[in-house]
Amino acid sequence: MEHITLLIGIVVITALGLLLGLGLGVASQKLHVEGDPLVDELKAMLPGAQCGQCGFAGCGPAAEALARGEAVITLCPPGGRTLAARLAERLGVKVDLSAIKDKGPQLAAIAEESCIGCTKCFKVCPTDAIIGAPKQIHSVLTQACTGCGACVDVCPTDALALQGVLVSMRTWSWPKPLTEAA
Amino acid sequence: MKLFRFRGGVHPEGRKESAALPIIKMPLPKRLRVPMQQHIGAPAEPVVRVGQYVLKGQLLGSAVGAISAPVHAPTSGTVVEMGMLPAPHPSGLPTFCIVIEPDGKDQWEEFPVPRDPQEMPSEIIAERVAAAGVVGLGGATFPSAVKLGAANSRHIHTIIINGGECEPYLTCDDRLMRERADEVIDGVRIILHAMRWGRAVIAIEDNKPEAIAAMTAAARGYGNIEVAVVPARYPAGSEKQLIVNVTGREVPAGALPASIGVLMHNVGTAYAIHQAIRYGRPLVSRIVTVAGDAMREPRNVEVPIGTLVSDLLEFCGIREEPARLLMGGPMMGMSLSHADVPVIKGTSGVLAMARHEVTTSETTPCVRCGRCVSACPAGLVPLEMAARARHDDMKGAEEWGVMECIACGSCSYVCPSHIPLVQYFNYSKGKIALERERTRKNNETRQLIEARRVRVEREEAEKKARAAEKARARAAAKQAAAQQTEEVTP
Repeated sequence: MEHITLLIGIVVITALGLLLGLGLGVASQKLHVEGDPLVDELKAMLPGAQCGQCGFAGCGPAAEALARGEAVITLCPPGGRTLAARLAERLGVKVDLSAIKDKGPQLAAIAEESCIGCTKCFKVCPTDAIIGAPKQIHSVLTQACTGCGACVDVCPTDALALQGVLVSMRTWSWPKPLTEAA
Repeated sequence: MKLFRFRGGVHPEGRKESAALPIIKMPLPKRLRVPMQQHIGAPAEPVVRVGQYVLKGQLLGSAVGAISAPVHAPTSGTVVEMGMLPAPHPSGLPTFCIVIEPDGKDQWEEFPVPRDPQEMPSEIIAERVAAAGVVGLGGATFPSAVKLGAANSRHIHTIIINGGECEPYLTCDDRLMRERADEVIDGVRIILHAMRWGRAVIAIEDNKPEAIAAMTAAARGYGNIEVAVVPARYPAGSEKQLIVNVTGREVPAGALPASIGVLMHNVGTAYAIHQAIRYGRPLVSRIVTVAGDAMREPRNVEVPIGTLVSDLLEFCGIREEPARLLMGGPMMGMSLSHADVPVIKGTSGVLAMARHEVTTSETTPCVRCGRCVSACPAGLVPLEMAARARHDDMKGAEEWGVMECIACGSCSYVCPSHIPLVQYFNYSKGKIALERERTRKNNETRQLIEARRVRVEREEAEKKARAAEKARARAAAKQAAAQQTEEVTP
């Protein structure tokens, strides 16, 4: 009598375990979520300009490649060193950022004597940083320009070029002391 | 009154010999170069043309935006040049300046005589102080009217008038308090009136007995103004440290003094406010200490803004070729590479140092003696911050509190290894500000892209709607035409 009670317990618990295990297995198949949360996170960190300077088709594919570890973290020129540092931190990669040549912030500039007002550049600008109208000289809003260079490629008269931002009293900051000891 | 003590600090040699002689007025130089950026905030926008005749006190550049200050003509004369010229700034970069050739008449522009300031509404006082281009004359050059205006919406209970002047060599505030105590007190009363209520404490270091006596005598009879004598210890004249000294309260990290109900103005600023409100006169001159052992006679000079340092040195008389030229005090001032820069609103002193006053010691490795830690008045650990800054570990430096550094230089002063600690912290602050700016721009870019996506989608939808509309119209026309033919045919 006694061992029957024991047996019932064992059978019930085993059956329950099997059933729940099956349920979990089915759920993981049925309710499977596509996509890697890491990719989304990386995508959010990238500028999202889809400028293609990294060699990928846009920020999404670039984020995927980063998550798979197939891309270097310094791939994004508009993001610069700041972005590289953040990506390195998120992905747990150690890089010597001081070795990267950061060209510093770049801005598009229009040579007004060559601009024919074709409107091609402001149609491709991902941040609407170029203003103008047909047959009017276009102009770059430096506040909005990310220096992605998309406009440079489409300009038929080579009037567009990327230029480094000139140091002014507002952007200047103290240089590192030259001495080595500390 | 009960006083408190701030931590850290150092006792550099006072060298206040320049306090012995009264203030003299600098005669007009041949040319005055007035920079448009003499304050914290946006540079002033020029409103004059080359060749234009201006009167003393006439507007040269107007303020742009919320944090800015206008610039006025320091004397009457002709605008002879406008453009990028050398001006005092640690970067050595040129800035937009207006050059005036004085006509020698020094004729003021006519200003309407104001009513009694004690009957003026406080907003008008803030407005007039803003229009007069008054900025903090202690060196920070923050537009004073912004402080006056913001104070109305906060609960300010104490105005501290900073007569600390803890920097060695500098005595311009000392002389001002001795010679023009009544005017300073009048300025303080105007500030108090603009605040509507509260009390004012004039804090003076105990190494200026004459100034203390003069200010105490001038403040007699005003119940809400008192003079506090604080012990002389550098940096007692620093805003946060003086607040601790007087109120015993600490300004929280990253917050403004107004958050604990305190507002601070320099004594020179109080004097400038007095001039602006009583006589309607904008800030066009200031008292500058000219000292250093390369000078024949250290003293205080009232100098028109825009006077070149070379003219000022020539007027005061040089004994020997200076080994180093400083603008401001020796602890926090900036080194000038040449004397072809103008005196600006924030210039408290011009120091021509002789060879024996300049130390040029080799930097040696940190021995972790901790003297910088005991000296730091902000309660930081300079040696740890410097070690991180040296390896460009800005995150580490920030965690050790580098943004709370007041750049007083106490740590560099006591460092036995002569490590340029403050320069490391200035470097770190610049880098951190740059990173913040870039992160901000990245976020902004994402918003712009989103806005563009919305716009493109909307335009496409509109286009589609228009096309559909057209198609419908065409179909309707066709149907109508078909109906007509049907009607005609039978």
